[in-house]
Amino acid sequence: MIRQFGFSEFLSILSGVQSTLVLSLIAFVGVGIVGLIVALSRTSESAVLRRFAGTYIDFFQGTPLLMQLFLVFYGLPVFGFKVNPWTAVTVGLTFHASAFLGEIWRGGIQAVPKGQSEAARALGLGYVDRTTSVILPQAIRLSVAPTVGFLVQLIKGTSLAAIVGFVELSRSAQIIASTTYKPLIAYGFAAIVYFIICFPLSRVSARLERRFAVKT
Amino acid sequence: MTYKFDFGALLPYWQQLLYGCWLTIVLATLAIAIGLIIGIVTALAKQSRIGAINFIATSYVELIRNTPFLVQVFFIYFGLPALGVALQPWSAAVLALSINCGAFAAEVIRGGIDGIARGQYEAGAALGLKPFQVFRYIVLKPAMRIVFPALSGQFILSLLTTSIVSSISAEELTSIAQSLDTLTFRSFEIYIVATLLYLSMSMIFATIFKAVDRIYFSYPLK
Repeated sequence: MIRQFGFSEFLSILSGVQSTLVLSLIAFVGVGIVGLIVALSRTSESAVLRRFAGTYIDFFQGTPLLMQLFLVFYGLPVFGFKVNPWTAVTVGLTFHASAFLGEIWRGGIQAVPKGQSEAARALGLGYVDRTTSVILPQAIRLSVAPTVGFLVQLIKGTSLAAIVGFVELSRSAQIIASTTYKPLIAYGFAAIVYFIICFPLSRVSARLERRFAVKT
Repeated sequence: MTYKFDFGALLPYWQQLLYGCWLTIVLATLAIAIGLIIGIVTALAKQSRIGAINFIATSYVELIRNTPFLVQVFFIYFGLPALGVALQPWSAAVLALSINCGAFAAEVIRGGIDGIARGQYEAGAALGLKPFQVFRYIVLKPAMRIVFPALSGQFILSLLTTSIVSSISAEELTSIAQSLDTLTFRSFEIYIVATLLYLSMSMIFATIFKAVDRIYFSYPLK
């Protein structure tokens, strides 16, 4: 039976927003942790760590997110892990996005003038103190704008979870499109919802970028 | 770990996988070529003093940049037939990729034009050059130097984005991998191979672009 496209159909597409946002949030936490490790390795004094982080970044920036999701989806069971869509998508997104965020934060860390770490070293601060109380606080300020912009990329990336069967905004639009035979409205509406979420973030990112550009 | 890898099962299909790579490169090339034209027009439109043109160009860029590509593809392939525009999967994929690429290219090109100091235009005009000559001889090359690395990055991004059009069954590397998956049931192996193929393509192109950048756009000018 073909359903009519009424108020309840809009609501059921909207119900996917929650999963999209929760997924983005969980992924962002994971990505933040892994991304920081990537950024610190990339800027570390150890050549091995730099090399390793560089390969990690090349791999995850050089292959499609969709392939990475498939690899996690079909690969985790091979290594004896049970996959539910939540873990598969979160793990896949974390790997992928941490390579991008790692590069953004590396840029922030390297933008801190070299004299800062030299001064900290001259004061006798060890690596941990130097990093946590001198370098990172300044790097974070410089990285805020691109990180907010990155969030947009992450939220858009969660849509690929629909392809591996995870029900979020895109998938719920797909379901409604196929039950009502009104794909134009369903996907148009989903696009509007994504836009409402992402556009403010893009604007904030652009504004922050301009503000920091003046100061530095 | 009890899983036995069997890459040998894929050997008979190597030609199909290579064909998939070829289709992916063709898709990405079409996307960047058409996207570049859209991008140039849009970047010029964004500089327009006519409010309506400016608004349309800005809306286009923001709309595309703030929605996922998957939804754009679905909208074009499944949604547009309701408006009487029914496209084959492959054409829908090219259209969606070009429109997507165009919005990102527009921003890159605007950055290139903005990167040229005003004095350059004025100096050109002072030398008696016509606006087109100023553009051709003074603005173009430095702008290209700014734009080229970003555009080549965009090409690689498009190359990776093409994998998403497999969801409307347009033929390229990912959809071929998916069909081999149902033929051989070696999912993990298939996707490992496909991933490595994508990685090699993006690395080869990155190397080529870096070389081109060094040869044609390096200081001092040759």
